[in-house]
Amino acid sequence: MLSFRVDGHSVVPPYLQIVQQVRQALRMGVLKLGDQLPTVREVVSETAINPNTVLKAYRDLEREGLVEARAGHGTFVRGLPPGPPPGTHSRLGRSLATWVREARAAGLDDESMEALLHTTMRATAEEEEIA
Amino acid sequence: MTPAITTTGLTKCYGKTAALNDCTITVPEGRISALIGPNGAGKTTLLKLLAGLSKPTAGQVTVNGSVPRQDPAFLAEIGYLAQEIPLYRRLSAEDHIRAGAHLNPRWDSASVRERLAALNIPLDRPVGKLSGGQRAQVALSLILGKRPRLLLLDEPVAALDPLARRNFLGTLTDGVAVGGLTVMLSSHLVTDMERVCDHIVMLSSSRVQLCGDIDDVLAEHKLLVGPRKDTTAIERDHYVVQVTRTPRQTTMLVRLNGPVHDPAFQVSDVSLEDIVLAYMGEDAPPARAAFTSVGDDQQ
Repeated sequence: MLSFRVDGHSVVPPYLQIVQQVRQALRMGVLKLGDQLPTVREVVSETAINPNTVLKAYRDLEREGLVEARAGHGTFVRGLPPGPPPGTHSRLGRSLATWVREARAAGLDDESMEALLHTTMRATAEEEEIA
Repeated sequence: MTPAITTTGLTKCYGKTAALNDCTITVPEGRISALIGPNGAGKTTLLKLLAGLSKPTAGQVTVNGSVPRQDPAFLAEIGYLAQEIPLYRRLSAEDHIRAGAHLNPRWDSASVRERLAALNIPLDRPVGKLSGGQRAQVALSLILGKRPRLLLLDEPVAALDPLARRNFLGTLTDGVAVGGLTVMLSSHLVTDMERVCDHIVMLSSSRVQLCGDIDDVLAEHKLLVGPRKDTTAIERDHYVVQVTRTPRQTTMLVRLNGPVHDPAFQVSDVSLEDIVLAYMGEDAPPARAAFTSVGDDQQ
């Protein structure tokens, strides 16, 4: 059975932390098709988070088609998260490594690189929204 | 769905001092609402008015669809736990359970015994001999045994150590997960409340500064950081909660009214704690900004 960790100090809201942990568990194969997620009562008595937070997370996962709620029985895994085809991560990782070496040679430290990455991610996301 | 709590212009004066002033809030059913505010902000006053333990000087209050009063039918649906956790110290948890069964119409003894057994709290010991954390758990389990529709808790975790606090809140959230229960709990610490609550009412200097679902509050408030420049456009479009100016930089915590068009300002998320602290800023009246300036006129 999956057990959730909720970090109250994270900037990621608690419901999203649960969504991400379920997605991650599905990607890593910790959760398989047909597996049951912990019940809302089990999650809240263990983590002391708001029951509506858990419900919201489960509803999000249901909308994504990853789980399904069966009335009176619980919430079960019914799909796997869509992801890029295998090899994508390593291919992008290689080109990112080239960029990082270039940035370091240009005198950027880790912090400036992270800042630049976040700014660029936000800027391109906004472009896509406008487009 | 009718809200569990609605108040309009609710005011309570003690002599000439207003302990609660023009308080208008709504708490939908099923929420766990954090009542946040510094000491003396009026939290206890509000809770007592909601529980029917005191009468308003002015304004309206509706709880579970009726006006709070000292009446068995109203009180049967309210659970109120005062700050000092009032239990009979010489009596055991079991004695309290039996007393509760006599005094309350919808009492559920089995659930209280079940909860306390799961927490390994002895039923036969005088509650005065239990630890502070265990006593708080006994009180909470008893109150959940009453099966109220609205639970009002005054600073319930303030005196507990972190583990007892987590366990107490675990019992509380479990009680809500069973269904049909709305909770309002007061605290002067936001961090305790953030994971448990999905709604916030913030009081400062006896006035309401903030009331709403925490997700909405977080989505609406942003921190804008940019150069020192004219900010009248931003102040016109958005509600500025707090602004700090240095000779070079302007930092503003704003409640957004749409997107920020000025590209000179970097927009970032703010934690609930920072939002609450900004509103708490010295006597900031509601719907009015608190301005602070650092190192003005040094250019």
